[in-house]
Amino acid sequence: MSMTATVAHAHADPHHIGRAAEHPGPAPKRIVTAYGFWVFLLSDIVMFSCFFAAYAVLSGQTAGGPKGSEIFEQRNVAIETICLLLSSFTCGMASIAADVRNRFWFYLGMAVTCVLGLIFLAIEFREFADLVARGYGPSRSAFLTAFFSLVGCHGLHVSAGVLWLLTMMAQVFAKGFRADVLRRMMCFALFWHALDIIWVGVFSVVYLLGGGA
Amino acid sequence: MLGKLDWSAIPFDQPIPLIAGGVVLAGILAVLIWVVVKGHLPYLWHEWITSVDHKRIGAMYILLASVMLLRGGSDAIMMRIQQAIAYQSQGYLPPEHYNQIFSAHGTIMIFFVAMPFVIGLMNLVVPLQLGVRDVAFPTLNSVGFWLTATGALLVNLSLVIGEFARTGWLAFPPLSELSYSPGVGVDYYAWSLQISGVGTLVAGINLVTTVLKLRTKGMNYLRMPMFCWTTLASNLLIVAAFPILTATLAMLLLDRYLGFHFFTNEAGGNVMMFMNLIWAWGHPEVYILVLPAFGIYSEVVSTFSSKPLFGYRSMVLATMAICIISFMVWLHHFFTMGAGPDVNAIFGIASMIIAVPTGVKIYNWLFTMYGGRIRFATPMLWSVGFMVTFIIGGLTGVLVAVPPADFMLHNSMFLVAHFHNVIIGGVLFAAFAGFEYWFPKAFGFRLDERWGKVGFWFTFVGFWVTFMPLYIVGMLGMTRRMQHYDVAEWRPWMLVAAFGMLLLTIGVLAQITQVVVSVRNRDALRDRTGDPWDGRSLEWATSSPPPVFNFAFYPDVRGEDAYWALKQHAKEQQLGDHPGPEYQDIEMPRNSPTGFVCAFFATVMGFALIWHIWWMVILGGVGAFATFVVFAWRDHDEYVIPAAEVERIDRINIEERRSLVSMAGAV
Repeated sequence: MSMTATVAHAHADPHHIGRAAEHPGPAPKRIVTAYGFWVFLLSDIVMFSCFFAAYAVLSGQTAGGPKGSEIFEQRNVAIETICLLLSSFTCGMASIAADVRNRFWFYLGMAVTCVLGLIFLAIEFREFADLVARGYGPSRSAFLTAFFSLVGCHGLHVSAGVLWLLTMMAQVFAKGFRADVLRRMMCFALFWHALDIIWVGVFSVVYLLGGGA
Repeated sequence: MLGKLDWSAIPFDQPIPLIAGGVVLAGILAVLIWVVVKGHLPYLWHEWITSVDHKRIGAMYILLASVMLLRGGSDAIMMRIQQAIAYQSQGYLPPEHYNQIFSAHGTIMIFFVAMPFVIGLMNLVVPLQLGVRDVAFPTLNSVGFWLTATGALLVNLSLVIGEFARTGWLAFPPLSELSYSPGVGVDYYAWSLQISGVGTLVAGINLVTTVLKLRTKGMNYLRMPMFCWTTLASNLLIVAAFPILTATLAMLLLDRYLGFHFFTNEAGGNVMMFMNLIWAWGHPEVYILVLPAFGIYSEVVSTFSSKPLFGYRSMVLATMAICIISFMVWLHHFFTMGAGPDVNAIFGIASMIIAVPTGVKIYNWLFTMYGGRIRFATPMLWSVGFMVTFIIGGLTGVLVAVPPADFMLHNSMFLVAHFHNVIIGGVLFAAFAGFEYWFPKAFGFRLDERWGKVGFWFTFVGFWVTFMPLYIVGMLGMTRRMQHYDVAEWRPWMLVAAFGMLLLTIGVLAQITQVVVSVRNRDALRDRTGDPWDGRSLEWATSSPPPVFNFAFYPDVRGEDAYWALKQHAKEQQLGDHPGPEYQDIEMPRNSPTGFVCAFFATVMGFALIWHIWWMVILGGVGAFATFVVFAWRDHDEYVIPAAEVERIDRINIEERRSLVSMAGAV
C-alpha cells in the first residue's frame, strides 16, 4: 500500500515538492533541547525588556538626586564590556573544545571565562557599593531604582551563569563528555552569549545614552 | 530567628478562616493517614508523585485545579451571601476579611483553577494528538507542575498563618505598596505567583517545543488537530507574557522589600507603569486561557457532529490572529485613567477587531454542526452551552471596548458580569467539556452520563441566574467589590444572584457525584477499544488508558483527522493482519523526584521570604540548587521497555479494536 502511494505520489509530483514538505517525525534530542532553551532565552529577553522599559520611563525621575552622567564612569564600563565580550570568545573556545572532546582546552576556556565573569562582577559590585556609600542607593530616586534593577538583574544572571559554569566544569570532570553533558554545555553557551547581547543593550541604553546627557 | 512570624499571625479571633483552615487540615490529614495505613504511599510515590509521564502529570494538574475550584468556589459563595444580606447592614464578613476573600477568589480562580486545568488538559492530550511518546522535557514538566502546586499551597497557607492580600487579584499600587499594605498579604500573593509563574513558564516552553519539534511522521502543521494549534498559540503567549508578570511582581517586591521606587508615590515612582506592565501580561493571559478552550470545543464539536471541523484553515488563521492581536489591546483595561482620546480610540478599535476572528470561530463551529449527525453527549452539551453563553459575553465585551461606554461601566458590576460570562462560559465550560471528553482516555472508563447532564444543566442555568442580575445592577450603578450597600433597587437582584449561586453549587456537587458514581461503576463503563466517542484524532488510536509509551509505532499521518482516515481505511481493508514493521525496544525517561523535592524547597523558600526568615531563604535556595545538581549527576535517565513487552501490550489493543471494527462492519 505504501509502495503504491509513493509511486502515485512520484507521478503527480515529479520534483518531490510534496514529499520534501512531509514532516519527517520527531526531532533528535539535541535539536529539541537547544530549541527549548532558545525559547527560554526569548522569554528571558522579554523579562529584560520590562526592566529596559521601566528604565526608559524612570530615567528622568531623579527626584533631586544625581543624573546618570554624574555617576557613570566610562572607564569601568569599558573594562566590564571588554571582559564580557572576551568571555564570550573564550566560552566559544570551550564549546569547540567540548565538541572535539579535548579536556585541557575545555577546562582552560571555561576557567578563563569564569575569571572574566568574576572580574566583571567585581567591577559591578564595586560600582554599586560605591554608589550606595555616597548615598545614591536604589531608594534615592526612581532613576536609581531602575538603574540598579536593570544592571543588577543582568549581574544576577551573570552570577547564575558563573555558578552554572562551575557546575559544568565539575560535571565534565566527573562524567566526561557524555551526550547529556554536551547538551547542557550547548545550553550554557547559548545562555552566556545571550547575556552578552543583553549587556550590549545595557551598555548602549544605560551608559552611552545616559552618560552623554 | 523567625523573622516577622509569631503567634499573632494565627487569627484566633476570627472563627471563619480558623474553622475553614481546621477543616481543610483535618481533611488533608485524614487522606494522608488513609494513604499510609492502606499502604498506598509507595504506589503514590512511584506512580504519581515522581512520575514524568505527561498523562499522569496532566491528571495531577487537573486534580489540583479541581480542588482549588472548590476553594475559589467557597469564596464565591461567601461573597454572594455577603452581598445578599449586607443591605443597610454590615453582613457577616468584616471589610478586611471580605477584601481578602475577593482578592483570593480572583487569584485562585485564574492562577490555580483555570491555568492548571487547561495546562493539565494540554499535557494530557497534546503528545497523544501529535502521535509522540512524551513532551519535550518530561522532568521539567514535573517540576512545573509541582511549582504550581507550591504556589497553591502558599495561597492556602495564608488562610491560617497571617493574611492574604486585600488589594484585588492584581494588587495595584500604591495600595499594594508597603505604606498602605504593611502586612504579609501582598507578599503571600506575590511570592505564590512568582513561584507558580516559573512553573507556568516551564510548561509553556515545554509545550511550545513539543508542538514545534515533536510531531510524528507526516504530521505537518496543517494536519495538526485544532487543539494542538490552540495549544501552540496559547503557549507562545505564555512564553511571551509570563516574563512580564514575573518582572512586574519583582518590581513590586523590590519596592516592598528594599525600598525601591518603581510604583511608589514618592521619589518619582510611576503607578501607571504598573498598570501598563500588568495588563501587558493580563490581557494575553485571557487568551492563554480561552484559546485552548476554543481548541477543546473544536475537537468536541467535530467529534460529536461526526464531521471534519468546518473551515479548518480559517480556524488556524483566526487562532494565530488572536494570538497576535491579544498583545495590542491591553490599554482597554484602563481607558478611564487618562490616556487621552486618540490612544483610547486606537485601543478601542483593536479590542473590537479581536472579536472578528472569534466570530469566525463561532460560525465555524455552527457550520461544523450543520448537516452533521449530532450526538448530545455531555461534552457536546457543554460546547453548545458555551456557544450560547459566550456570544453574550463577547457582545458585552465589545460594548465595554467602546471607550465612552467604558467610562460608564468601568469597575462596575457590569464588568464583573462580563468577565465571568467569558471566563465561566468560555474557559470553565471548556474545562468541563474536555474533562468529560478525555476522562475515558486518561482512566479507561467513561463518566456517568446522567449525572454529567444533571451537572451541566444546574451549572448552565445557575450561571445565567447568577450573572445576568450582575449586569443589571451594574447598569443600576453598583460598583464591584462592595462589602455593603444602601441602595434598595440592587437588593432583589443580589438575592437572585445568591439563588443562582445555589444552583451552581448543586451543579458542582452533581459533578463530584458523577465522578464518584463512575468510579464505582467503572467496570460497566469500561472503555475497551480506546475510542469511546468515535473520535477523529490520534489520541483515540491507542488504548485507554494509553500504555506509558503511548504508541508502539510512530503513526504515519497522511492527512487531517488522522485517526478517522485510519479507521475508514481499516473498515475497507477489514483490518487484515497488517504485517507491519518489527516491534522494537522503546526507551522512556525514568521517573524522578526532582520536581517534588524542588517544590519542597521552593515552598520553604517562599514561606521564608514572606516572613523575612533569611536563614531559611538561603536554606531553600541551596536545597533547590542541590536538587538540580543531583538530578544532573544521575547516570541512567532512561529505561528500556523490551520489544516483546511492547508487542504484548499492543496486541491486546489491536484485538479489542478488531472486534470493534467487525461489529461496525456487521451493522
